[in-house]
Order: sequence, then C-alpha cells, then structure tokens
Amino acid sequence: MLAYLVKRVFQAIAVMFAISLIGFAIQDNLGDPLRELVGQSVSEEVRQQLRDELGLNDSFVTQYVRFLGNALQGDLGTSYFFKEPALDVILKKLPATLELVMGATLIIVGLSVPLGVYTAIKPNTILSRLIMGISIVGISVPVFLTAILMIFVFSVELGWFPSYGRGDVVHVFGYWDTNFATADGWVHILLPSVALASIMLPLFVRLIRAEMMEVLQSEYVKYARAKGIRPYRIYFIHALKNTLLPVITVGGVQIGTMVAYTILTETVFQWPGMGFMFLEAVNRVDTPLIVAYLIIVGFIFVVTNTIVDLIYGLVNPTVNIARMGA
Amino acid sequence: MKHFASTLAVATLTATLSTAAMAEVTIKVAYDADPVSLDPHEQLSGGTLQLSHMVFDPLVRWTKDLQFAPRLAESWEQIDETTMRFKLRDGVTFHSGNALTSADVDWTFDRLKASPDFKGIFAPFTDVEVVDELTFDLKTSEPYPLILHTATYIFPMDSQFYSGTTEDGKEKAELVKHGDSFASRNLSGTGPFTVTEREQGVKVVFDRFDSYWDTASEGNVDKIILTPIKEDPTRVAALLAGDVDFIAPVPPTDLKRVEEHDGTTLITEPGTRIITFQLNQNRVEAFKDARVRKAIDYAVNNAGIVDRIMRGFGTVGAQASPAGYLGYDESLTPRFDVEKAKALMAEAGYADGFSVTMMAPNNRYVNDDKIAQAVASMLAKINIKVDLQTMPKAQYWPTFDERAADMMMIGWHADTEDSANFHQFLTHCPDETTGNGQYNSGNYCNPEADALMAEANATTDQTKRGELLRKLEGILYADAAFIPLHWQNLAWGARDGVHAEKIVNALNFPYFGDLKVD
Repeated sequence: MLAYLVKRVFQAIAVMFAISLIGFAIQDNLGDPLRELVGQSVSEEVRQQLRDELGLNDSFVTQYVRFLGNALQGDLGTSYFFKEPALDVILKKLPATLELVMGATLIIVGLSVPLGVYTAIKPNTILSRLIMGISIVGISVPVFLTAILMIFVFSVELGWFPSYGRGDVVHVFGYWDTNFATADGWVHILLPSVALASIMLPLFVRLIRAEMMEVLQSEYVKYARAKGIRPYRIYFIHALKNTLLPVITVGGVQIGTMVAYTILTETVFQWPGMGFMFLEAVNRVDTPLIVAYLIIVGFIFVVTNTIVDLIYGLVNPTVNIARMGA
Repeated sequence: MKHFASTLAVATLTATLSTAAMAEVTIKVAYDADPVSLDPHEQLSGGTLQLSHMVFDPLVRWTKDLQFAPRLAESWEQIDETTMRFKLRDGVTFHSGNALTSADVDWTFDRLKASPDFKGIFAPFTDVEVVDELTFDLKTSEPYPLILHTATYIFPMDSQFYSGTTEDGKEKAELVKHGDSFASRNLSGTGPFTVTEREQGVKVVFDRFDSYWDTASEGNVDKIILTPIKEDPTRVAALLAGDVDFIAPVPPTDLKRVEEHDGTTLITEPGTRIITFQLNQNRVEAFKDARVRKAIDYAVNNAGIVDRIMRGFGTVGAQASPAGYLGYDESLTPRFDVEKAKALMAEAGYADGFSVTMMAPNNRYVNDDKIAQAVASMLAKINIKVDLQTMPKAQYWPTFDERAADMMMIGWHADTEDSANFHQFLTHCPDETTGNGQYNSGNYCNPEADALMAEANATTDQTKRGELLRKLEGILYADAAFIPLHWQNLAWGARDGVHAEKIVNALNFPYFGDLKVD
C-alpha cells in the first residue's frame, strides 16, 4: 500500500512537470498579453518597455527556469488581470466550481441509479424506451446549448430560476462561500448543475443499465431467484453492489472530466468559478493564470484517479493494490 | 401632555413614512466587461472611462450631440495662443471630504503625463499652471485645437488622498500596469458614486455619494450593482428575465427580441468606430495602383453588409470620420458598382485578377469574421481570389503588427473624438520615430495628406480646421487609401422605467449619475 502511494506521488510529480512544460510552451502562441494591458494607441516603444519589465523578452529557457524556481516555492506567478498571485485567484474560484460539480454529482448519483436499474429490470416498457431515447439526445446535445435552452425556458419564459450568477452565498471558512446554505443559493445552483449533469447522466444511466443486465444474467442471481429471495433484495442488494464496481472507476475519472466541462457551463451561467475564469484568461492572454489553471486541473485529475484506485481496492478487496504498485 | 405625546407620535410616523417613500433605488447593470482597475490612469479603455464617469468627474464632458458641457470646470477661455484658462466649480468635495482645488488638477495632469496609456493624448500639453485655488492654466507647446477634447480625459484625482505611502512603504500615487497598487484598489473622486465592493470579474457595487455637487441632476439611483456578463445570450436572458435592469451591448441577433419583449426597451445610437480593410502595398504590387484599390472599393457592397450581416445595425461608411466629427464630408458616398470595378481592374491591367491573403479577427468587432467572408466572396466577382484566415484577437494583434497578410481588417475609434486621429494611426505614412501610421498595415503614404493633417493640428480656428480635415478625407477617398465598411452602432437594453435613453451617448459611457428610475 505504501509503496503504491509513493509510486503514485512520483507519477503525479512527473505529470505536473510535463503539464507545466507544455503549458509554458504553448503560451507563446496564445498572443501578446500586452495588447490586453494597454490601450490601442500606445506606441510600440512603450509596449516594448513594458515587455522588458514583465520579463517577456527573455528566452524561453530563462523564463521557464524562473517559473519553475518560483513554482517550487509555491509561487505560480501573478495574474495580469487580477493582479494577484495566480494560485490565490484559482483557490478563490475553486469552491464555486467544486460546488457546481458537487451539485451535478448529486443529480447524477440520485438519478442514474434508479433510472439505470429500472431500465435494466424492465427494458421493454414505454418508460424505459423513453428514458433511453432521451439519454441519446442528452449525450449528443452540447452542454452550452442545453444551458442556453434551459435559461430561455426556465428563466426568461417561466421566470422560475435566475439566469446567472451564484446568488446569496454564505461564508464558511477561508475562501469558501457556499451555495447550499440559503434558498436563493439553491435556486441559483440548480440550473447550472442540471446543465453540467446533462452530459454525464445519460452516460451513467446507460452504463448502469448495461452492467446490471449482465449481472442479472449471472448464475448467482438465478440461484437467488430460485431460492425465492424477494426481487427488490436481489436487485438492490446483491446485483447492484456488483454493478457499481466498474461504475465507480468510470465515475471517478469522469469527475475530473466534469471539472473540465465546467468551462462551458460556467461561461453560459456566468458562474464565478475557475472554468469561467480560465476561458476569460485565454481571451485576455493572462498567461500566468492559464499555466496555473492547467497545473491545478492536472493536479485534480491525478488526485481523483488515485483516490478512485484506492476506493476500488476497498470495495473489492480481491484487487491487490500492493501488487499494482510493484 | 397627552396631546404633545400624540403629536410626537404623528411626527415620528410621518418621518417613518417619508423615509419609506424614499426607499433606495437600486439598479443592476450587466456589461460585457468590467473595468480592469480602479486606477483611472492604468488603461485607456471603454471600461476605465465608464468607471471614471461614475466615480470621478471630468473637467468637461461630451453631450449627446458631441458638444462640450461644463462639469468640474465651470468656464474656460483662451487667454493666448497656447494657454487655456479654466475656472473650477466652487464647493466640490472628494469622497474623502477634501475640497477640489487647482492643485488637484495639476497633480492629476502630471500623473497623466506619466501614464503609458495616456501620455500620447497629452503629448501636446506642457503644463498646468495654478493661478489660484479655483483657477488654472492649461498650456500647450504650440497652438492646439483639441484642448477641450483632451480636457474630457482629465478626471481630477484627490491629490491628498493619493499622496504619501501605504503601510508597506509603497507610494500611494504609484501607477502600476501589471501589479497591485494603492490606486488600483482605493479611490477618491468627485463623482456621483463611490465603489463600496468589488470582486474583479464578478461584480462592482456603487453607492451614491451623499455630498455630490451636482444637485441639479435628476439622477435618483442610490446603488448600482455592475456584473460583467460576457456571453451575449446570457446577458440578454438576464434582462428579459428581469434579473438585471440595464445591459450593454445588445448583440445584433437579439435587437428585435429586446425591442419587442414586454417590459424592456431597446436604445440605439450610431457609433463612432469605423471598420475598414487595409490593402498592403508593400506586399502586393497591384495595390500600389489607385485604380485597383478603387476597384476593390467598388466591388465591396457596404450597404449589403450592413443590411444582411449587421442586420441594419451599422451606419454605412465611405470615410473614416463619422457624422458629427469636423472632418465628416457628407458628399463622400459609398461606392458600389461591380461593372465599374471590373472596368477599373481591366484598365489597370488586371482583368484576369490575382490572388491575395486576407486576415481578420473573429471576436473583436461585431460579426468581424462574417464580414471578412462576405468581402472575400465579393472580391471573387472581380477575379481577386482571397485566401482568408480569421483568428481570435489575442492572436490577431501580433499578426497585424507583423503585417502578415495582404488585406487586414481594422476597426478604429478616435480617442480624441477627432478626424485627424484616424489619419494619424491608420493612413499616415508609417514613421517609427513619431509613431504615426502605427496601424497602417496598408503602407499607404501620401505626403499631401500628412501635410494637411499637420496643418489641421496646428489650426485652432474650428471652421478652418474643419475645411482642412474634410479636404483630407476627400483625398483619402479619391485615392481609395483604405476600404471603409461601416461604423458600428451601439445598443443598450433597459427595463421599462429606467430612463436610460437620456444618459447614453455615441461614446458608450452612459452618465449613470443622471439616470432617473421610476
């Protein structure tokens, strides 16, 4: 177990290093940050002077070594736009994003299990066909389109939900403000969570359905039936437990993917999280912030994957983690 | 005694009622961007000027019909060729409680001269000389016609407030372009609002300044909550859903929706930003021939672009200066005649046409990429084959600086609201030492036009100056120095009861201090 952990930490560091190098290498192609910092009629001479001050005229190696040296001391650079350490900016935006992902996860977990199980047990009912049909649509419609449609239906036409922002948030600690403490906060987070969940939910319904159908064909289920165990006990205790193993693995990886998908959802709903911030940073050529974002998101991916592997080992002890590490 | 008590009770009740009747007026405003900093001199941009008009106040400001209205300067007079004497309004105080004096103007002027973004505009000015508490002279090195134009950029800062050092030993007045400074986080102006809360990129909260000098203004808004909403559909939805009271800009695709929706009003004005294409004579031999340039101008259907692509939301242009500017010449009309264009091409010896490269941004101007595509297909009709490439503005500007294509799109708004500015940056012979022609990717060069501009910039007689600038526009038109397309219109959306039509202007900084809400 320990050997495995140590190995994963080294892997994580290697991945971070690779990400920082790639992030740093592409920044030259993102555009000229000075254009966003100064007015249009500022002379080239003044701009050149500012580039010198920012260290943008140094060679790639000089810039990268400087960046790496600072990064090792926890300094990922200063955002041009926010004028604050990039890490601070991201940490301030992180709670909003995590709450959004949490909201979407709740919806996915709460709906995918019953829907998946139902469509597996009764695959031929009209309701099942409807659910499967909708899930196909859900997978194929891009998330920003879903989001815009929802805004127009539920905010503009019906006036049930607010169209943008986080609403009333309650301070918890540090940079963390929560949406889950007020009614207004709940109302604000609902539409964005549904939009974000809309891509993953159909995937999970289909996954659980497929796994469940396979399990229901297995010998031990047939045996349990023969023994006269009540159906709901077979479905929800015996079968579901085995169905969920692969779902957890996929799910963990998808949480990381979902953090990436927040870029679109947050932009449409003006959700003040780090996905929205990232897109803005790209538009503004705020290179320190872009690189810092890539590193942090990479970090989230690595951490969730590690945790998923560990949980997998706990749920299914036959998987030998120590051997995986060796 | 009992009688007294009841009188008191009635008095208290009345007092309570009247405060209730004067309930706070709060409006929510959504813009596509928020100011980059609270420091008015950090960046010369629309967002900064918008903020300046809310929390500072200029010496003079533009009216709706592009005239000058006195603000902090009550009156002014030219006392000699190079000196304009201003008289400040008496009894104006800053948010800090300090009184506004000539010394503050002097201090602000020096800071403007040191600002990378503003020093270009203030280059012709040498000094502010304080005459007394409320009188000062604004001096130029040579007779200069744009003194009042420039005075719209002088928003006096509170020199006492911004002087001294912060706790960590930094100068409070320090102007930092890409970092933290006292001025980028704190402010004290004379304007109608103070900033009480700010989370960059998320929201800014403005509260009415109780001691605002302009008591004659009918503005009654106590609180403004500004949210930047970058996505067009979200911003429009927020207005239609009633989540915000005022939005800018309204995208061309949603004009009708805002106009026809119950409870919202669409407000539009012709803007002053011209969209053009430049023809690079250094890269394409044919572009050196005025007949070819003219043929291209004849081939491009400006009116069609405004009608189809801009959905009528632009003003068809044939010159750089919009109506209202001194150089605007109404006799210059858009050229569109494909047959004539073909004839001109044949005359110049290019009947079989040639191939060119074209570049345009795809997120800088309204419908920029679609306009470029349309122009490319129009040029195909006169046998000019266009290889078009569009890219986000962040990549476009460095490419533009490299003059990387034969035809490049550029839009321009004159910081000085003056015709000469267009020529200075877009069509003047490129000159690295003076910075003239900095955005002239066409390398058009006409000494006669440059001489006219120089003469106009030293002429203070406005009538004579107007003649010179009109002559300049005429030369550029005759030469087809560039391909003018249209001026982008401006559009705002407001909830009914928000009387925004009175406070918006072609310059796109609404005077929120004067906003009246029912």
